[in-house]
Amino acid sequence: MKELIVILMSAILVNNYVLNKFLGICPFLGVSKKSDQAVGMGASVIFVMLVATAATWPIYNYLLAPNGLAYLQTIVFILVIAALVQFVEIFLKKFIPALHKSLGVYLPLITTNCAVLGVTINNITDEYTFIESMVSSLGCGLGFLLAMWLFAGVRSRLEESDAPECFKGMPITLVAASIVSVAFMGFGGIIDKLFA
Amino acid sequence: MKKLGILLKGIIKENPVLVLLLGTCPALATTTGVVSALAMGIAATAVLICSNIVISALRKAIPDKVRIPCYIVVIAGFVSVVQMLMQAYFPDLYDMLGVYLALIVVNCIILGRAEMFARKNGIIDSALDGIGMGLGFTLALVLMGSVREIIGAGTWAGIELTAIKPYAVSIMTSAPGGFLVFGCLIALANKVLSGKKAKKECSCEGCPNSALCGKENCESDAKEENK
Repeated sequence: MKELIVILMSAILVNNYVLNKFLGICPFLGVSKKSDQAVGMGASVIFVMLVATAATWPIYNYLLAPNGLAYLQTIVFILVIAALVQFVEIFLKKFIPALHKSLGVYLPLITTNCAVLGVTINNITDEYTFIESMVSSLGCGLGFLLAMWLFAGVRSRLEESDAPECFKGMPITLVAASIVSVAFMGFGGIIDKLFA
Repeated sequence: MKKLGILLKGIIKENPVLVLLLGTCPALATTTGVVSALAMGIAATAVLICSNIVISALRKAIPDKVRIPCYIVVIAGFVSVVQMLMQAYFPDLYDMLGVYLALIVVNCIILGRAEMFARKNGIIDSALDGIGMGLGFTLALVLMGSVREIIGAGTWAGIELTAIKPYAVSIMTSAPGGFLVFGCLIALANKVLSGKKAKKECSCEGCPNSALCGKENCESDAKEENK
């Protein structure tokens, strides 16, 4: 149980996928203008990460690895994720229209989100068990949501600011992301201290 | 002359990283040092050239409706080849790049060029476009890697710079420094290119993220064209 909490907390705070590992930067910079959009995107990412891990972990450990096909990992994972996202979208549209309405627009965009492919590959590289993989995916997704949500708040202030001409738009946003990332660095030693 | 133009436009005028703002994830993650930035640039360039050639050669065979999955399969295949070659011949670099090597698959530059250029142009033009864009990507990465390594560690590609070493600011090689240097370089590119920027081609069409991605500039450009 303790290990699971450590995995969860370190994925959310210390090894935050967006601010520390630079995965999923495109949606982080693109969709973080309004906080409701940011939360919608974050929730969809959590959902897709969990579903993708639940599918790719057994495929790798029961199908690819025992047959010596580990080198097909990249191709198989991206195809599984792409097919899965399509399938989930069709399923939601048919059976849970309310959820589809709130998450639907974000789902197709997540297919090529590098955070999703990244988390599935990292779970394999770190040799997590199935439960640990699911917890780590949940943590990464929550960390993504947290970063998006916090940054949406920072960005609404940024709109009002008077930046130099050449810094307007993306550059000043990146500088602000840098400062948010510094804040997250403060979590550095928290895991060892809390659970030692 | 036209061919030379295709080759050169990717390097400065339409630099994929600094002007088109594509492929931001590897640009931030692998530029902690010059060596890893160069390795990432070369790996992505190799994939980009090969996938552009193959997609261009198959452009009449791939049905329009399923083209994105087809492109992804082609790209993922070449990424696996590059991964295996690197693991065999440069194991140190393979470990250094880690998961980011596999993530070339979802790099917007490669899918974007397939969608924007390779599926409409001949094999030679597509190959040149791949080389140009790849060089632009590599140059931008090496530039960022140099800035971060010199300021952050006081070294350049492992060579110690004695004048700067004692004043190294180690935060530049960690995550916040990446965002900061990237922001400043884009601002610099805006400053240098402003005014003489030609009408820029938007590569985002092919990226499934484009609908929500913050490429307002491209969208507004496209709207102006439609008017």
